[in-house]
Amino acid sequence: MAESKPKPKIKKEAEPMPKQKPEARRKNFDEVALGYTEEQALAEASRCLQCPKPQCVSGCPVEISIPEFVKLLKEKKYEEAIKKIKEKNSLPAVCGRVCPQEEQCQKLCIMGKVGEPVSIGRLERFLADWERERGVGVPEKAQPTGKKVAVIGAGPAGLTVAADLAKLGHNVVIFEALHLPGGVLVYGIPEFRLPKKIVRAEADYVQKLGADLKLGYLVGRIYTIPELLKERGFDAVFIGTGAGLPAFMKVPGENLGGVYSANEFLIRVNLMKAYAFPFYDTPIRIGKHVVVIGGGNVAMDSARSALRLGAEEVCIVYRRSREEMPARQEEIENAEEEGILCKFLANPTKFIGDEKGWVKAMECVCMELGPPDETGRRRPVPVKGSEFTMDVDTVVVAVGRTSNPIIQSTTEGLAVTKWGTIVADENGKTCIEGVYAGGDIVTGEATVISAMGAGKKAARAIHEHIMNKK
Amino acid sequence: MYEIVSKRELAPRIKLFEVYASEMAEKARPGQFIIIIINETGERIPLTIAGIDMIKGTIKFAFNEVGKTTKQLGCLKEGDCIENITGPLGNPSEIKSFGKVLCVAGGVLIAPMLYEVQALREAGNALTTVVGARIKDLLFFEKEMGNLSDKFYVATDDGSKGFKGLDFLKEVLEKEKFDRCVAWGPVVMMKNVSQLTKPYGIPTIVTLTPIMVDGMGMCGVCRVTVNGRMKFGCVDGPEFDGHGVDFDELVNRQRMFLPEERLGSLLWEMKGGCACGGK
Repeated sequence: MAESKPKPKIKKEAEPMPKQKPEARRKNFDEVALGYTEEQALAEASRCLQCPKPQCVSGCPVEISIPEFVKLLKEKKYEEAIKKIKEKNSLPAVCGRVCPQEEQCQKLCIMGKVGEPVSIGRLERFLADWERERGVGVPEKAQPTGKKVAVIGAGPAGLTVAADLAKLGHNVVIFEALHLPGGVLVYGIPEFRLPKKIVRAEADYVQKLGADLKLGYLVGRIYTIPELLKERGFDAVFIGTGAGLPAFMKVPGENLGGVYSANEFLIRVNLMKAYAFPFYDTPIRIGKHVVVIGGGNVAMDSARSALRLGAEEVCIVYRRSREEMPARQEEIENAEEEGILCKFLANPTKFIGDEKGWVKAMECVCMELGPPDETGRRRPVPVKGSEFTMDVDTVVVAVGRTSNPIIQSTTEGLAVTKWGTIVADENGKTCIEGVYAGGDIVTGEATVISAMGAGKKAARAIHEHIMNKK
Repeated sequence: MYEIVSKRELAPRIKLFEVYASEMAEKARPGQFIIIIINETGERIPLTIAGIDMIKGTIKFAFNEVGKTTKQLGCLKEGDCIENITGPLGNPSEIKSFGKVLCVAGGVLIAPMLYEVQALREAGNALTTVVGARIKDLLFFEKEMGNLSDKFYVATDDGSKGFKGLDFLKEVLEKEKFDRCVAWGPVVMMKNVSQLTKPYGIPTIVTLTPIMVDGMGMCGVCRVTVNGRMKFGCVDGPEFDGHGVDFDELVNRQRMFLPEERLGSLLWEMKGGCACGGK
C-alpha cells in the first residue's frame, strides 16, 4: 500500500546550540556550548536527507560514515551510532566540539544549499557525550602482532595513531613530554571550549585500547629516535610533536613583564589551571587593559580567557581586517557577544614599560591592505606617520606557533623544511625507514581534525610497513 | 610517580633529594635540568640535576625552600613520591679538556656544581674552585669540592667565612691565566663573575634559572637576551655566554610573579605547611 500521509516538511534552519548566556559565561570557565538535548538531537538528525551519494563524507578528514551514524541516531540506536563514528574517529567528543565543521563536512551538506546544513558536529558531540555518561565500552582487541610502535606526542595526531594501531593488535607506547596527555587539546584549547575531563576520557579510551602512555618523556632528550629503533626494539616511530613553539614579533619591549606569548598564557590557564590559583599553584597576572595580538583561534581563546580571569577590557589587535581573520566565525561571534573589542588594521611597533619593568603602553602603527600575498590574503602594509599609543598592562602575543626543533636536531638524516617542519609524504612517511610523521609538525599550525586525518593515514602506512617487514 | 630514596639537609632550608628515575639516570649529564610537579595541583618548577647513580638508577637534585612549592617539596620524606619528573632537559654542559678552569658556585647551585666539577676533573682539567654563600651557615660541599680541586677558596657575602665577597678573584685572575670559567649561582653573583673575567677574555659560562613552565620550548616565559638576541633558557640553554647575558632583564623577569609567589607561600604557612618542621 502506498504511503498516503504527506511527507513532513524538512526544516531549513538547524536546531540552535544551547549556550550559556554571555553575561554569565564571561565570568566562568564552564563550557559555553551546552550540547543538544535528546529531543534536539533527534530533531536535527531528522533534517538529514540520507543522500545516496553523500557529499559530507568527502569533507571529513577521517572519513566518518556520516549519513549512517545520523540514521542510527534518528532511530535512537545511540550505541550503534557512536560505534559507527568510532570505527573512524577515536576522539568524537573532542571533534564534535572543536572541528571547523563549517569548513568541512557541513560545507558540502546538500541542506546547506536550501537552508542551513545539518549540524553534524553537534550530533557527533551528542553521541559522544551520551556514551561517556554511560561509561565507554572497549572494542575487542585484535590478536597481538608482537610489533612495537613508538608514538611521540599524545596530541590529536598521536592519539589517533595510537588508537588505530592498538586496535590492530600492535604494542603501542606513547611518549608524551608534558605531565598530561592531550597535547594542544589540554594546553591550548580552553576549558570553556573543551572541558579537560573530556580530553582525559578520550585519552583514557586510547589507553583502554591497549596503548601504554608514558608522561614526562621528551624524546630527543630521554631517548632519540635512532635509539628507539635500534636499541629499544621499536619497529616504527610516529612523530606527532605539533607546533608548540611560540612566535614573537621581535619588537622592542617584548621581554617586559606582562607580555605573554599566547602559549605561555594558555599553558598557565589551561594545562596548569592558573584560573584556580591559589588552589592550583601556577599563577597568572591579569591587568585591567588586556590586548591580544593576532586574529586566529588562539587569539580568540586568549582574549576570552583574559576576560574570564577578570580583565576590565580586552581588545584584539589584528593587522588585517575582519574578513581576513583566520579564526572560526563561531568563535569570533562568541568573543564579540562576550564583549571583546577588536581593533583592525593595526600592528604593534613597541612596548613601553614602567619603572618596575612592567608593560604600561603599546605603540602601534595603522595598516592598510595591499595586494594579496602567498597565502591569498591581502598583505598589510604600514601607513606612514599613523603611529598611536594604547594604554595596556597585559599583552598576549598570538601571532602563530612554529615547530619544536628537538626531534629534528636529534634525529640524524631526517629531512626538514626551511620552516623547521618535517618532510613526509601523504601517508606520513619520512625519509627514514620506519619513521612517520603527521599533524602540525608536518603541515605547520593547522586544525585538530587535519592532524587526526594525518594520523589515520600514517597508522595505515605503519601497519602495512611493519607487517611486511621481515 | 618517582620515589624519594634519600633526603639530606645540606644547609638550613637547602635540601638534596635522590629519587628513583633509572631512565633519566642513564641519560642525564651535568648542566641539564629536570622539571618536577609534586602533585595534581602543583606547579612545574625547574631544578638543576646534581648527580646520578647509574647502578642504583637514581638522580639527585637540590633546592632552596623559598616558595610554596619548594617548601612543600622539602616536607616530603624518604619513601614519598613526586607525581612527575620530566628530564633530562636542556643542553648538557660542554665537558672536555680545556686546561685551567675556574669554577665559581654560589647558593643552592653548589650542589649541581659538584657534579659538573667531577666531570671537568675526569676530563683532565686543572681546577680552581670557589664556593660562596650569603653567610657561613649556608655553605656546604666544601670538603668534597676541595678534594676535587687544585686550588680551593671560600667566600661569603658577610665575610663570616673565607673571603668577603668575590673581589678577591681580581687578584686570582691577575696572577693566573684561565682557559675557561664556569659560574653557577644567584644572578647577581654570575653577573659579578662575568664582569670580573671579561677584561681577561676568559670564556665564562653561566647557567640561567629564569621562570619556566613547560621547560621544553613551548611557553617562552624563560626568554632571555644574550648578545642582543632572544633566547629560550630551556632549549637554547640553560648555559650561556656570561659576557653576553642581559642580567638586569633576567632579574626583572624572575620577579614577574613575586606577589603571587608570596601569596602562595603565605597561604601555605598559614595552613601550617606540612607541620613537619622542615625535617
